[in-house]
Amino acid sequence: MNQPVRVKTLKIDDRDVSGREDETILEVARQNGIFIPTLCNLEGLTPIGACRLCLVEIKGVSRLLPACVTRVEEGMEVYTQSERLQKYRRMVLELLFSERNHICSVCVVNGHCELQSMAQILGMTHVSVPYRFPRLPADASHERFVVDHNRCILCTRCVRVCDEIEGAHTWDVMGRGIDSRVITDLNQPWGESETCTSCGKCVNVCPTGALFEKGKPVYERLKKRQFLPYLTMMREERR
Amino acid sequence: MTPEELRKLAESQEEARPEPRHRIKICVAAGCLSAGSDRVREAVQNEIAQRGLEGECEVKGVGCLGLCTAGPLMLVEPDGVMYQNVTEADAADIVQSLGRKPVERLVCPSDMSFFTKQYKIVLENSGVIDPEKIEDYIARDGYTALARVLEDMSPQDVIDEITRSGLRGRGGAGYPTGLKWSTVAKAGGSRKFVICNADEGDPGAFMDRSVLESDPHRVLEGMAIAAYAVGASQGYLYVRAEYPLAVKRLRTAIRQAERLGLLGNNICGTTFSFHVDIRLGAGAFVCGEETALIASIEGKRGQPRPRPPYPAEYGLWGYPTLINNVETFANVAPIIRNGGDWFASIGTEKSKGTKVFALAGRVRNTGLIEVPMGITLREIIFDIGGGIPDGHKFKAVQTGGPSGGCIPEQYLDMPVDYESLAKVGSIMGSGGMIVMDETSCMVDVAKFFMDFCVTESCGKCVPCRVGTAQMYHLLDKITSGQATMDDLALLEELCDMVKYTSLCGLGQTAPNPVLSTLQYFRDEYIAHIVDKQCPAGVCQMRH
Amino acid sequence: MSKKRIATVWLDGCSGCHMSFLDMDERLVEVFQQADLVYSPLVDLKEFPEEVDITLVEGAVSSEEDLHKIRMVRERTKILVAFGDCAVTGNVPSMRNPFGANAVLQRAYLENVTLHPQVPREVIPALIEKARPVHEVVKVDVFIPGCPPSAETIFLALSDLLADRMPDMAKLTRFGA
Repeated sequence: MNQPVRVKTLKIDDRDVSGREDETILEVARQNGIFIPTLCNLEGLTPIGACRLCLVEIKGVSRLLPACVTRVEEGMEVYTQSERLQKYRRMVLELLFSERNHICSVCVVNGHCELQSMAQILGMTHVSVPYRFPRLPADASHERFVVDHNRCILCTRCVRVCDEIEGAHTWDVMGRGIDSRVITDLNQPWGESETCTSCGKCVNVCPTGALFEKGKPVYERLKKRQFLPYLTMMREERR
Repeated sequence: MTPEELRKLAESQEEARPEPRHRIKICVAAGCLSAGSDRVREAVQNEIAQRGLEGECEVKGVGCLGLCTAGPLMLVEPDGVMYQNVTEADAADIVQSLGRKPVERLVCPSDMSFFTKQYKIVLENSGVIDPEKIEDYIARDGYTALARVLEDMSPQDVIDEITRSGLRGRGGAGYPTGLKWSTVAKAGGSRKFVICNADEGDPGAFMDRSVLESDPHRVLEGMAIAAYAVGASQGYLYVRAEYPLAVKRLRTAIRQAERLGLLGNNICGTTFSFHVDIRLGAGAFVCGEETALIASIEGKRGQPRPRPPYPAEYGLWGYPTLINNVETFANVAPIIRNGGDWFASIGTEKSKGTKVFALAGRVRNTGLIEVPMGITLREIIFDIGGGIPDGHKFKAVQTGGPSGGCIPEQYLDMPVDYESLAKVGSIMGSGGMIVMDETSCMVDVAKFFMDFCVTESCGKCVPCRVGTAQMYHLLDKITSGQATMDDLALLEELCDMVKYTSLCGLGQTAPNPVLSTLQYFRDEYIAHIVDKQCPAGVCQMRH
Repeated sequence: MSKKRIATVWLDGCSGCHMSFLDMDERLVEVFQQADLVYSPLVDLKEFPEEVDITLVEGAVSSEEDLHKIRMVRERTKILVAFGDCAVTGNVPSMRNPFGANAVLQRAYLENVTLHPQVPREVIPALIEKARPVHEVVKVDVFIPGCPPSAETIFLALSDLLADRMPDMAKLTRFGA
């Protein structure tokens, strides 16, 4: 493609910003230090617009659109911090906390958890929807890693990194709706997986303590993410 | 093949058979079939054989005759006598009565409002032709529209005609069909697809099923015309696997059409080729959503993706794709044959043509009806439907399935069209229409549809996945007498949030039954919460 | 101006929040210059009094006794504070919920006991089916998450409440803090 990429000018929260026509609102916002909360998004992985935290208001558009997948357009007027958006974001988070069993005090990533941090950022101190307390298993069959479904928020970052970056596609999603679960291979124990390369990318991209490394104390369980944009950069441009 | 050649072909098929004195048509669509119409057919055929009347009497299986509540249904021609609730034991009497007085106890009056107030376009062949014989279809001007399009019209001419007709998508959203075709036609690239969405998932809806079982060629013809208009050469018919009869009839129809050069390579001897393949669903309501359907055809998990970009620009395997509902395609051939202006003369200003409804629930005449847009709910329920049986009183009518709402008595004289239904908090949807009387509990109805949404949610986005489960839990608390007014406030907040933040139409419309019953029947909710009572006497209170 | 009447109560908690409360050390003196402790498991008072201004509730609602207690406390209190993760989210006591009370009692008192296995029934209050956070049972006015919330957090929150201000807890603490 020899056509030069066009640059668009737009406003985000009444600030004039510019972005390439193939960039998303989220990318442009981040370049300009404007905060839009996200959970399922991770730089280097294909955005899917699933968590709905990044929804923004756009003047002239009746629907709320996810900033992570919506491309910038000339003259767009985007608003990211209205009261309505803040209310919806808090409710998304409350729904997530109520969905499964997120017990922060005994969790391996207490203090370095994106879900927990998001609650702090959005000023959420309690959950007003009833907790569901579902019964969910953990799978520690793998030699080095554990998956605890009680902490999973179904962001599918593990699925995407294993498919797009590692290429093994060990992780995928089984079931539908509230019964969905991430699984390894054909829902076999992770330790018996024939496709897993034990690279640990999934563990590092997981925003919560659902995927973690065995044998590390809590304060050492930091997720290492620098590899991701680097690997993406080294590979061919996909878009 | 020119229209004349087609006509000659049809006539030659007809001439090959001598015209029988009596023709007995028995409905073999799924409804009557499950009531035993195949056994009735066999019994009648045996009876005829025993009396040596094969030369005079023809027994023919046809598609849906409409009055499903009275099946198995039978039509005797040329007398035009309709029999209802026919059993195998009646075979002797029926054959005996041919050419004489009809069997009184079985007669279904053909001057009922149920029949006279309908206007059949989509269903004009249903119940008339044998769905497994392409010759029957051709004899009723079948494929003449396609032939004319290929001979006389340019793709833009076709699009103009469809636009002029004002046809809107019959799958539920009511998007202007001409505009959609135009968008796909304008999209660049040499490869495009046409998809027919036959994944009818609304509980209780069987409009598309009937069309596919009763007149499959009508849909194929519509798809072929659409493919010509937008520049596609490959089509997919995505049918839910729970419709085995429809799938079987479609496969037969495709084969028959290909054999006659009306589908496949070089249709009607022109350079236009269009192949249609069938793809089966696997039991997910969400795959009726266009992007989830496309993902399913691609072999992926049937989950929707954010739009824009829309399938017209980026669809199946990334190519521009036209995706329309069964009923939409079924309207195409008549529009081409009779002209867009003719179609636009039926219906209201913004909603043209007719709509097929599956009338069900607490009404005398349940079944399939096709009525012009603009007819009132009162006419549908009390004239065509025959009113509420057993001395009960009308309470509400639910339209649009799990995405729709309940409409109360005060709107009975409202015209049925896209805008009016939306204004009262419901939607046209694909055509499900469930009538309720005072023995129905509106909170229970809302709970039923929410349960459906919980099970069918794909699970990708948080609001729908968890929000519907939470809303269901609250509705369950209300119907069991364990809720507080705070619970009701939370339910309303969740409805608002799920409606505006969900990724696709399933989540966005899941709160509709709750919102509409809260709007018109709030007192029932209050009674369940404050008085711990169910006014309709349906819900079991727990303590 | 008369001193405010404050109380603390524990339900199904580990008393860690109360320990953190005591960790305020010398600042306790400051607090009790403006308030009277009218009930607490830390002191010898037997009856929960009427007309309490602020009650700090630690622990989840796990048993019939907890239910009875919290409803009584709510009736007699102006500002109810859910104090600590167990009271705010259920936390550790709620980890028994996916299994149900029966299964837990069976495992603890029957399967894992060699001598006289039996589920205690006399004197010990019955477990309710699910251990719930306080706000799922009664209305809560202030939430202080943390496991336990630090003494600093408690001090700042109490200072605000005693001065008739509603504290902004999100800036001070979080779940699992």
